[in-house]
Amino acid sequence: MSELLQIEGLTKAYPGVVANDDVALAVGEGEVHALLGENGAGKSTLVKMLYGLVKPDRGTMRFRGQAFTPADPRAARAAGVAMVFQHFSLFEALNVAENVALGMETPPPMRQLAAKIREISNDYGLPLDPARLVGDLSAGERQRVEIVRCLLQDPKLLIMDEPTSVLTPQEVEILFKTLRKLSQEGTAILYISHKLEEIRTLCDGATILRGGKVVAHCNPREKTARELAELMVGGAFNVTDRANRELGDVVLEARGLSLPPMSQFGPSLKEIGFELRAGEVLGIGGVAGNGQEELLATLSGERVSAAGTLWLRGQDISGLGPNPRRARGVLAAPEERLGHAAVPAMSLTENAILTGTLRKKLTRNGFVDQAAAERFAQDVITGFDVRTPGPHVAARALSGGNLQKFVIGREVLQAPEVLIVNQPTWGVDAAAAAAIRQALLDLAAKGAAVIVISQDLDELMEVADRFAALNEGRLSEPRATKGLTIEEVGLMLGGAHGMQEAQL
Amino acid sequence: MIIGGIDIIGLIAILMSASTPVLLAATGELVAEKSGVLNLGVEGMMIMGAVAGFAAAVATGNPVLGFLGGAIAGALMATLFAVITQIFLSNQVASGLALTLFGLGLSALIGKGYEGVRPPPTAKIDFGPLSDIPVLGRIVFSHDWMVYLSLLLVVVVWIVLRYTRVGLVLRAVGESHDAAHALGYRVVAVRFAALAFGGALAGLGGAYLSLVRVPQWTEGMTAGAGWIALAIVVFASWRPWRVLLGAYMFGGITALQLQLQAAGYAIPVHILSMAPYVITIVVLVILSAIHRHGVQAAPASLGKSFHASS
Repeated sequence: MSELLQIEGLTKAYPGVVANDDVALAVGEGEVHALLGENGAGKSTLVKMLYGLVKPDRGTMRFRGQAFTPADPRAARAAGVAMVFQHFSLFEALNVAENVALGMETPPPMRQLAAKIREISNDYGLPLDPARLVGDLSAGERQRVEIVRCLLQDPKLLIMDEPTSVLTPQEVEILFKTLRKLSQEGTAILYISHKLEEIRTLCDGATILRGGKVVAHCNPREKTARELAELMVGGAFNVTDRANRELGDVVLEARGLSLPPMSQFGPSLKEIGFELRAGEVLGIGGVAGNGQEELLATLSGERVSAAGTLWLRGQDISGLGPNPRRARGVLAAPEERLGHAAVPAMSLTENAILTGTLRKKLTRNGFVDQAAAERFAQDVITGFDVRTPGPHVAARALSGGNLQKFVIGREVLQAPEVLIVNQPTWGVDAAAAAAIRQALLDLAAKGAAVIVISQDLDELMEVADRFAALNEGRLSEPRATKGLTIEEVGLMLGGAHGMQEAQL
Repeated sequence: MIIGGIDIIGLIAILMSASTPVLLAATGELVAEKSGVLNLGVEGMMIMGAVAGFAAAVATGNPVLGFLGGAIAGALMATLFAVITQIFLSNQVASGLALTLFGLGLSALIGKGYEGVRPPPTAKIDFGPLSDIPVLGRIVFSHDWMVYLSLLLVVVVWIVLRYTRVGLVLRAVGESHDAAHALGYRVVAVRFAALAFGGALAGLGGAYLSLVRVPQWTEGMTAGAGWIALAIVVFASWRPWRVLLGAYMFGGITALQLQLQAAGYAIPVHILSMAPYVITIVVLVILSAIHRHGVQAAPASLGKSFHASS
């Protein structure tokens, strides 16, 4: 196998942080190479340099035997590097063909392009209708648009940044078949993911980054997932402890809960029903954009639903807003931490007041009790190991993982009766994620009812007593997680959303 | 053809000319907004176009150079706005309002010496026997070249936005500047170009007011036409053909109410003067409400500042 890409001594520093420090890496032709690391380990910076979005400070890159310093993404594409982004680089109001055309240097006329999209997408088992608006597509279908856009340029190296986080297990399998086919045809793939099992099944080689430095090159097939995780984290980490819990009475009940879409391309909620008992953790899985945000909004009171659809201990709370619900013990932590769960420009103390004022009595006669508020913020910081100089720091100054710990901790420490969280460990490193999961389990052990909405199925299997799938705004019948197989879960999530396998 | 003291054919002929300033400004603003920038300074760019065009035409004695001067003045104003909002990332709404106030003040200063002066006339195009065709001749073949140019511009903008690569990139930048940047498009450059084009068209519209419609220079002569152009773009759901419809309706009702006043109808003058503004907006609101797209057709990045922070 000849070397397609060779990187040596690559360094990139941002003010206050060295994102990539003397990174070396080689990828052979047709090799599927994994790039592993915690958040902030420097994976994104590395691929951005490869794709011409960021310029390295030092170091050399050689691609197909020649020095490679792409000035911008066009140059990278021209050289044969294509990238599928983690956050899709798609335009919702444009159709599939237009989106594909925007990613090409010299696109053919629209009609030919549409025919070509049909042809390529069917060849690789990723059927697409070129005339549909991207805004109407599911997350899996959007990813297909990105992949097809790359494939049309006949790339030599395909970079994929966490491609499976939005896919059902069946869709992942089909994607892997497509990737293997590409690899057999000689296209190298640089594959970024957190999911270690996936990497072990798919990748031929791996480079592990920690704190911007390469800590290991290895063959992931020869390592266990645990060994890989420890290389990423740089030490052993705890596994959550799931004590046996007694289930109490039904605390929260939804009956025929429906809600119109909140945004132009958003889903509606359709006849959602479930019962939640004290001490129980209900896991709700599903591919992003199937109603998770909407569900959290109705449960937290941000969106009120029709009377008689939501009951707390036999009392109708459907018409109550967030504060009356908080007063009754129903708390929530939404997915988007910056701008939804926390106000970016306000300090941690002020952010603590915003949701904690009722239950922690942080205001008196309309005046903020500054001392009590600071104490509460400090409790959250110490209780959840939030790494920050103090409660006076603005929320946006915290890293994503630290802020996530803060917004979860803020709700947990208010001793809720019902806690609803969406993507509680999204973008949080493994050790902190384990701590957050443990906090949720401890809360349930104390008799609170918890709903965890997440796209991470492993996480749900770890914390939840029962599992339900959210698919196009419908919630499946919850099933006990004990004995539930990943295939069954995949089918509950809606299977492969009309995908077919690549013809090999 | 005269109905109720109103000459219908004459009215339609006047309508096209009366609508031209607003049509030009709205078409330009449509392009700017499609690239994701909300420029509320249309009124200011128009009036600067009006005074600069007037001055250039008087100085050279050539109305064509006058229109050119108007377009350049509008484009310069828009470029100033682009520098403020695209490079220094200042708030677009506040900057746009400031641009309007700035334009109104500066134009009054520049225009001091031009009050009461008559500009060189802009000739109507001679279509020969075509203009003798009954009805059609007077409506279609009786105008100066700017009227035809403004219609041509609508067609060109429509074709470019819908069918060309340039238009696709422009729309992409307006929909999601982050995605466009990630794909390697130069967001700020595209927006500079779109703003300058919008400014040039607003300047042309202003010059048409001072050189053809009125034709003389008076302080504040745009009288809110720039704001109407802005409203038309929004309620036309960012579609060129509906912009044409909105502009012609506004011009039509303006012309009609003047004739109603002249014909001596017992309707209070204030209501008549108000009518074009009210009716245009009401009709466009109804139009955009009927079609599901409505205000949701707005470019998704409209009014948001872009900074390449990756």
